[in-house]
Amino acid sequence: MAEESFLTDEFLRQLINVGEVDILIGVPTHNNAKTIGPVIQNIQAGILKCFPRERVVIINADGGSRDGTPDLVAGASISDAQHASNLFTLRTLHSISTQYADGPDAGAALRTMLAAAELLRAKVAVVVSPDSVEPQWIQRLAVPIYKDNFDLVTPVYRRHKFEGLLMRTLLYPMTRAVYGYAIREPYASEFAVSDRLATDFLATEEWNDELGRIGPEMGLTTKAMAGRFHLCQAFLGTKAPVEGTSSDLVAAMRRTVGVLFSSLDTNFPVWSASNGLAPVPTFGSPAEVTLEPVSVDRNRLWEMFTTGVSELEPVFRSILSPSTLQELVGLASGGNGAGKYGAELWARTVYEFAAAYHRSVINRDHIIQALVPLYRGRTLTFISENESTSAEQIESSIECQCAEFERLKPYLLDTWNGGK
Amino acid sequence: MREMIMNELTQTTQELARGFAQYLPRLIVMLIIVLVGWLIAYLLKMIARSILRLTKFAKLSENAGATQLLKKAALPSSTELLSSFVFWVAWIGFILLGVSALGIGGFEEHVSRFFLFLPRLFVALVILFFGLLAASFFSRATLLAAVNAHSRSPRLLSLSVRLILIIFTVSMVFEELGIAEQTIILAFGIGFGAIMLGLALAFGLGGQDLAREFLERRLTRERKEEKENELSPL
Repeated sequence: MAEESFLTDEFLRQLINVGEVDILIGVPTHNNAKTIGPVIQNIQAGILKCFPRERVVIINADGGSRDGTPDLVAGASISDAQHASNLFTLRTLHSISTQYADGPDAGAALRTMLAAAELLRAKVAVVVSPDSVEPQWIQRLAVPIYKDNFDLVTPVYRRHKFEGLLMRTLLYPMTRAVYGYAIREPYASEFAVSDRLATDFLATEEWNDELGRIGPEMGLTTKAMAGRFHLCQAFLGTKAPVEGTSSDLVAAMRRTVGVLFSSLDTNFPVWSASNGLAPVPTFGSPAEVTLEPVSVDRNRLWEMFTTGVSELEPVFRSILSPSTLQELVGLASGGNGAGKYGAELWARTVYEFAAAYHRSVINRDHIIQALVPLYRGRTLTFISENESTSAEQIESSIECQCAEFERLKPYLLDTWNGGK
Repeated sequence: MREMIMNELTQTTQELARGFAQYLPRLIVMLIIVLVGWLIAYLLKMIARSILRLTKFAKLSENAGATQLLKKAALPSSTELLSSFVFWVAWIGFILLGVSALGIGGFEEHVSRFFLFLPRLFVALVILFFGLLAASFFSRATLLAAVNAHSRSPRLLSLSVRLILIIFTVSMVFEELGIAEQTIILAFGIGFGAIMLGLALAFGLGGQDLAREFLERRLTRERKEEKENELSPL
C-alpha cells in the first residue's frame, strides 16, 4: 500500500497494535491545547452513547504542536466520560497521536487520517474540528455511512444570517449549479467519509499540488460530487466561530474557491454534461438561521470594494469581459452603497473568474486574490438587502443566488474556452 | 610619348582586369553565401515563429508586460519581433561570413568578434525577458496584497516594485553586454543608495511621530477593529 510510505514506523506499529476497526475518528491539530481536552471528552462521550459495541479508534494527526496537544490526546482517559454518562464500551478505545510534519498542513493531516482508516479497514472515517465538538455529532456524521451506505456526510449548521457568506453566496450556489449537488457546506471542518471514497481520494494526485495541501476538504467534496458518490447532509447544530478565518479572507479564498476552480479543470467532462440536481438527503433539520443583530462596518466594506475595483482595473481587464468590468466600475463609482452588486452580476463575475482561472490568463493565485474585493462588494449588498429579513427571506435570497448560478451555467461553458 | 601613355593605360587596365578576375570568384562566393544565408535565415525565422506560437510565447510575453510596452512603442508583436530578430542575426552572420570570404585584411577579426558577442546578446535578451516577467509578477502581487490589506497607495507601491526590478534588470543587461559597465554600476549604486537614505531620513526624522502613530495603529488598534468588524466567511 503506497500510503504506508509517508506514515512513520512508530505510527504504523501503533496501528498494527490496534488491529481492524469499524469507525475511525480523526482530529487534526496544531497548538490546540486550550480546546483539545473537551473535544476528546465529547468524542468519547459520543462513542460511549452511540457506538459502545463497535471497534473505534481516535487518531490525532498533529502538525508539530509546541503546547503539548498530542500528549493531551494520548493521555485522555475514557474513565471520566464513563463515570459522567454511566455508559461503558465493550471494546478498548484507542487514542493515537502522530506528528505528520513540523508545521500545519491540512492535506498531510487528512491524508494521514484517511491512510490510517484504510489500513485499519474502517468502514467510516469521521473528521472533526479540534476547536469544538458535541457528543451527538459523532453519531450524526457516522450513522449515514455506517448504516445507510452513504459515502460522504457533510454538515448543516445553525448559523447567524451573516456568517459563512462565502459559503452562501459562492461555494454552495456554484457547486450546486456546476456539479448538481445541493451541498450546503462543501468546505467542512466536520464530515464523514466511507472506506470507498477514502480509498478513491487517497489514490488521487491532488496531494502533490499546492491546492491539495491547503484545501483538501473542498477537494474531497468535489471528488465525491464528480465521482457520483452517495452524498448526504447531517444537521449538527450551532457552528462555533473559528478564530482567524475572518481576518484572513485571502487564505480562506485560496483553500475554498481556489480548489473549486481547480477542480473544474480536472472534472470538465463530468460537470459540463451534468444537468439537474441529484438528490442529497438531509438528516435532521435543514439549515437554520439566527437573526440577532450584529454590527458590521459597511463603510469599510464599501471602501474596500471601491478601492479594489479602481486599483485593480488593469488586472480585471485580463480576467473579466468588458461589459462585466464596465458594470463593476459603474457600481463602484456611485455614492456610498448606491449601487447593488446583484445576484446576476455576481454569478457572471464568478464564472468569468473561473474561466480566466482555467485559461490561466494571469497567475492563478493572483486571480483568486483579485476576487477578494469583489466578494466584499457582494457581501455588502447581501447584508444591506437582508438587514431586517426573516429566516425564510434569507433562504429565498440564497435560493435566488443559486438560481442565477444555475441559469448562467451555459455562460460558463461559453466563456470556458475564451468566448466572451 | 603617346605610346608610353597607351602602354601605361593598357598595363593598368590589364592589372585591373586581372585583379577583378582574381576577386570575381570571391565576389560570387560572397553573393552565394549571402543569398543562401538569406534563405537559411528565412527558414530559421519560420521555425522560430512556429515554435513561439506553439509554446504560446505571446501569452507569456503579455504576462511579462512586454506586449503592452511593444504596443506603446508601435512595434510588432513579441512573437514577430523575436522571429525577425532571429532572421536578422542569422542573415547578418552570413553577410559577415560572405564579406570575410573577400579576404579584406583585418575584417576577419571583426567577424569573429561579432560571433563571440552573439552568446552575450542572447543571455542579455533572456535576462531582459525574465526581468520584465519578474517585474510584472511582483508588481501585480504587491498591488493585490496592498489592496486586500487595505493599504494606502497600492498603485504607488506596485509601481515602485516594478521600477526597482526594471532598473535592476536593465543594469544587469548592460553589464552582460559590457556597455558602460562601470557607469551603470555606479549610477545604480548611487541611485539605490539615495532612495534608501531618503526613505530612512523621511521616515526616521521627518515623520518620527507619524511613524510611531502609524506603527501603533497598524499593530494594535487597527487589527483589533478588523477582527471585530469582519464576519467569518466560512
